[in-house]
Amino acid sequence: MYQFQYFRPKSLDEARKLFENNGDAKFLAGGQTLIPALKLRLAQPTALIDLGAIAGLSGIKAAAGTVTVGARATHFEVANSADIKKAIPALAYLAEHVGDPAVRHLGTIGGSVANNDPAADYPAAVLGLGATVKTTSRTINADDFFSGMFETALEEGEILTDITFPIPEKAAYMKFANPASRFAMVGVFVAKTKAGVRVAVTGAASCVFRESAMEAALTKSFTPDAVANIKVSPSNLNSDIHGSAEYRAHLVTVMAKRAVAAALA
Amino acid sequence: MTASIIGSPVRRKEDHRFITGQGRYTDDINRPGQAYAYFLRSPHAHAKIKSIDVEAARATKGVAGVFTGADLAADKLGGLICGWMVHSKDGSPMKAGPHPALAIDKVRYVGDHVAIVIADTYAIARDAAEKIDVGCEELPANADPAKAQTAGAAQIHAEAPGNTIYQWELGNKPETEAAFKKAAHVIKLNLINNRLIPNAMEPRAAVGEYDDGTGGYTLYTTSQNPHVARLIMSAFIGLAPEHKLRVVAPDVGGGFGSKIFVYAEEVVCTWASKKVRRPVKWTAERSESFLSDAHGRDHVTSAELALDANARILGFRVKTIANLGAYMSTFSSSVPTYLYGTLLSGQYDIPAIHVQVDAVYTNTAPVDAYRGAGRPEATYVVERIIEEAARQLKLDSAEFRRKNFIRKFPHQTPVIMNYDIGDYDASLDAALKIADYKNFPARRAEAKTRGKLRGIGFSTYIEACGLAPSAAVGSLGAGVGLWESAEVRVTPTGGVEVFTGAHSHGQGHETTFAQVVAGRLGIPIENVEIIHGDTSSVQFGMGTYGSRAAVGLTAISRALDKIEEKAKRIAAHVLEAARADIVFENGEFKVAGTDRKLAFHEVALNAYVAHKFPTSEIEPGLKEGAFHDPTNFTFPSGCHICEVEIDPETGITTIIKFTAVDDFGNVINPMIVEGQVHGGIAQGIGQALLEHGVYDPESGQLLSGSYMDYTMPRADDLPSYSLGLTNTPCPSNPLGMKGCGEAGAIASPAAVMNAVTDALGVKEFNMPATPARVWQAIQHSRAAAE
Repeated sequence: MYQFQYFRPKSLDEARKLFENNGDAKFLAGGQTLIPALKLRLAQPTALIDLGAIAGLSGIKAAAGTVTVGARATHFEVANSADIKKAIPALAYLAEHVGDPAVRHLGTIGGSVANNDPAADYPAAVLGLGATVKTTSRTINADDFFSGMFETALEEGEILTDITFPIPEKAAYMKFANPASRFAMVGVFVAKTKAGVRVAVTGAASCVFRESAMEAALTKSFTPDAVANIKVSPSNLNSDIHGSAEYRAHLVTVMAKRAVAAALA
Repeated sequence: MTASIIGSPVRRKEDHRFITGQGRYTDDINRPGQAYAYFLRSPHAHAKIKSIDVEAARATKGVAGVFTGADLAADKLGGLICGWMVHSKDGSPMKAGPHPALAIDKVRYVGDHVAIVIADTYAIARDAAEKIDVGCEELPANADPAKAQTAGAAQIHAEAPGNTIYQWELGNKPETEAAFKKAAHVIKLNLINNRLIPNAMEPRAAVGEYDDGTGGYTLYTTSQNPHVARLIMSAFIGLAPEHKLRVVAPDVGGGFGSKIFVYAEEVVCTWASKKVRRPVKWTAERSESFLSDAHGRDHVTSAELALDANARILGFRVKTIANLGAYMSTFSSSVPTYLYGTLLSGQYDIPAIHVQVDAVYTNTAPVDAYRGAGRPEATYVVERIIEEAARQLKLDSAEFRRKNFIRKFPHQTPVIMNYDIGDYDASLDAALKIADYKNFPARRAEAKTRGKLRGIGFSTYIEACGLAPSAAVGSLGAGVGLWESAEVRVTPTGGVEVFTGAHSHGQGHETTFAQVVAGRLGIPIENVEIIHGDTSSVQFGMGTYGSRAAVGLTAISRALDKIEEKAKRIAAHVLEAARADIVFENGEFKVAGTDRKLAFHEVALNAYVAHKFPTSEIEPGLKEGAFHDPTNFTFPSGCHICEVEIDPETGITTIIKFTAVDDFGNVINPMIVEGQVHGGIAQGIGQALLEHGVYDPESGQLLSGSYMDYTMPRADDLPSYSLGLTNTPCPSNPLGMKGCGEAGAIASPAAVMNAVTDALGVKEFNMPATPARVWQAIQHSRAAAE
């Protein structure tokens, strides 16, 4: 990696000031994407601002109808939280299937969501459940948060602080893992919530997206058969050495069908 | 301790240090004053180098030296060599382009070595390397072996027109053509043997050190054969005379073939250590391993099998394009020729065989031996077409094989090999039983009720281990003999130090070799030390590859014969008996028919004290050496059966059961043999279902250059194996052993792919059978059926 300065602020305010005072600074959460990128010399920040010592970013709180997860909660913590396992088992399941044990003990929900890797799992849950993302300056609806490949509504210096998930009636996440990386080649999060049925797809395209035809079909009938014959257009989907856009489109349907079955199980 | 230790599942002596983190690998070695090297590599697959400006890098604080190909040339350092001469069918020698350790004028693959930067720290070296200004002109890349010989393909080496290194053939063409003329059935099959990237757990590393006091160099390196590396670096590259170059291969964390070869980094770090007067250390990053370790396989093949009306094989012809990459690596030429064509008879009595292999240059990393080396490629061709023949003739796969098995030994094939022994029915029978073959139709029917596709596939394989005899391989072009040496030193207190040229990098030689010594001498295994991997302690050795440790063990066995003979002579004097009356049993030298005896350690002490025998007749001391040159290869064989289930919705293939029954002759340590089989099958399943080294055919960029895109097998990709052993003891070595290290990787890909194609009902389908490819094949079949 290239040389950089390293800071470990104690408060969000201090973090913001450090960000403003350092030309090309980056926030460091769990580092599961950033550190490998630094090692490969694919990123050259002048400073890393480690969010690890800031109080108030961790913890998981259940309330009436919602669960709020602090940005610094690790995948391991989410996967093993009694509150989440009870309220939104699909979210615990998703977290348990991110990466490997080392990644799950270091990687954080806030880091993953703010990074918005097209093949990350968490964006599917955030979008699929219609969660609310809270930052240092505002709250953002999931539908407005993910804007493109590695792009979000977060502005320069804005720090994600927690995410509030509505507790669904039924939900499930089904991932078809890339055989090599085990990232989602196609991951589908299906949720039946008070606000309606939502279907979010990660891995298949440049950014997580909602599959409205499936949502409409599932609103009429929340059964696997309702989506089994819905063909997804491959036109905006990824194509690479692991599979064509057509294959991914097909997998969206298969994973959606299986997710609905799992949600009903 | 008795001879029964041979054949026992003795726990591995070396594991204590490995699993407690006390292994000593090359990267663990740090020398006083050491500097660190970074290799600047080509980002282009093919480009002319117009200029290299290293001044800014050289001026960077903390940089000890920056060198390019021009500096090596100025010191008259030779390039890397390919040590096996292969001739084309027209008699012309292979056309090899130069292989400079650092590029001169041109780079030929992504990862090719452009310059070395040596600095106080690795980070400084890397930073400085970014200041090197390389002026280059990109050339069109040629990365597809199937197109490398076509008129439009970019020329990689002027020495090899049409990018063709050789057009080799083996077998009898007229007889083969005659066989096809009279055939009742001809089965045709096109196959691609996918490129693999070895991925040893320990990346390659090198520490070069020059000693100004002695004028000698030491190279610590990740090598499977340090003596051969020294020989090549001395005699061909001209680094230093052999006696002024010590090569140490300490603990090595996996090789799989990829550490047989002499690589640019080893040569350049050693050479540069004199230039900068500091030890120079380099350890590959994983990305560099992907780019620059020699890759494996990469064949494009068409095969045809001729059969008579009774399904007896009449002839077999094979045409293969073998991709050797951008340069010829150390043994690359031999892999798709003498290690491939010679195995095309498989377990079958085939009267006529003809094979032609065109080796081609492409703008990809060099390709050389990888676990199995040529034999997996041969087995894949043979076993896939045999299975296809059985299907087309609507015969049971097992029975069709049986119909054509070789049953009389020795058996001379039309492709050089003389099989000494085997019992192919025995391994097939045992495997059929373990696999519960007879109930497969019921299992397939049950799977169908769940919407799943079941398939079963066979691979009845043979392979050739040991790479010998020396004169035979010499006549085929090998630049070295393929014997092995051993020296057995008995200490005055009866401990035994064994010096072997057979390097151990995961095989467990420190255990298996010690078992043989302990068993022969009747001493505790703890009293035996196996020493390998350092040219300053072991006189010479050919190294470990090609499942040839049996050669090293036989050399040890021969040295032990001499030890025993000398000990008997000494014991005779000490016991005041005639030499002829001395017998050696259970570690004791006895006067036959009496109770007079000496323990092994007592004879050892007498040998060194030298009070009780005439030193004019018997030299003091107890130390013997042997060089063993085998009289034949060893021919392990066996039967693998794979049963798969495919989910047609996702294309995921699950291995339900994997059966492997192998005939390795007499086994020294069944636990270690089982481990070798497990590892080999894991790599074979990896090739069949997961692994694929992919270059972009247009740009020549490596698309599978990390674990994000190269699918290394993980534990949950693999089933538990059902294993069995049969035994026809090998007649060509005293212990009756055959090689066991590669069989798993050789046999299993065909078994898996025969099962996959059985499940899918398709004929031609290339590895790896990834979910996407399987799904695509199902779509094609459905579209064709509609």
